[in-house]
Amino acid sequence: MSAAAARRADPHQLGHGEVPVSERGPAPKRIVVAYGFWIFLLSDFIMFASFFAGYAVLVSATADGPAPRDLFDLKLVAWETAALLLSSFACGMAGVAMAVRNVRWFQIGMAATALLGTAFLAMELYEFVHLIGEGAGPSRSAFLSAFFALVGCHGLHVLLGLLWLSTMMAQVWAKGFRDDIIRRTQCFMLFWHALDIIWVALFTVVYLLGAGAA
Amino acid sequence: MSTQEQKAPGDSVPEDDLAPGEEGQGGAVLRGVRGYLIGLVLATVLTAASFWAAGTGAIYGPGVPVALIALAVAQMGVHLVFFLHVTTGPDNTNNVLALAFGVLIVALVLVGSLWIMAHLDHNIMPMDEMMRMQR
Repeated sequence: MSAAAARRADPHQLGHGEVPVSERGPAPKRIVVAYGFWIFLLSDFIMFASFFAGYAVLVSATADGPAPRDLFDLKLVAWETAALLLSSFACGMAGVAMAVRNVRWFQIGMAATALLGTAFLAMELYEFVHLIGEGAGPSRSAFLSAFFALVGCHGLHVLLGLLWLSTMMAQVWAKGFRDDIIRRTQCFMLFWHALDIIWVALFTVVYLLGAGAA
Repeated sequence: MSTQEQKAPGDSVPEDDLAPGEEGQGGAVLRGVRGYLIGLVLATVLTAASFWAAGTGAIYGPGVPVALIALAVAQMGVHLVFFLHVTTGPDNTNNVLALAFGVLIVALVLVGSLWIMAHLDHNIMPMDEMMRMQR
């Protein structure tokens, strides 16, 4: 069997292929780096899972204070969700631009990502200030402590993501699409999409289930 | 090598695994944009369905949380496939296996905490009774 025919029969060389897996040497750096970051993201998910578990256990411990259905404004949450989802989409567009090494569209996509992420963060900050002003701050009840810890942790991730994002924009602007900078940017994009996944769990468990528990 | 065996340009088979977030056979801008657009539309529809399900009275009350969780899981799947490009392809085996392990731990943490805390809550003595005993 010729080499090309062998490859067609077993395109990913899941069988032994021409060179055994054990003798193909280390994986390329772009795979090692992104895979390592993927493992980090999964550990981040596990950390968020414990915050979620804490919230779910404490959600009814309101200490005669406000309950979820008294507090949350679903309209604001819908806007936050839209901002973060569109931000994730813009980040994907920047990724497509990076794949074809188009600096202008990359920067436009990243700027849109940053703008929408900032809008999300501003809305979340507004909600927090509003809640604390109503006397529903994190010290009011165990439920509110868990709420501020969970949502605040996600917000903190978004804030760090924005810092990382602007760093990547600056690096690409100053140094161009160097290999290491591309790897960093790809890790950032994984991070940003992962934050959107956590937000899906968040708006479902905290806001929608909270409001629907009436 | 016969002509049949020659591959068309752009039809290349990736030699290596794919990194997480990496699309197979990159290059074509249109294909990339199309993938993200499909993901955006699906995610928007699922989000709208979630908000509708939470607000409407059309669904049997106790079924609402089930519907919401199902929609959330579906949307996470959409994000994973269309935004993070984690697929079931053979070049993604490592990424999917790591994800499966992560999901296992997440499930253990969530279910374990809720289960144990519900039992403790059920078996613990109410505060006023405790006070009476201490007297």
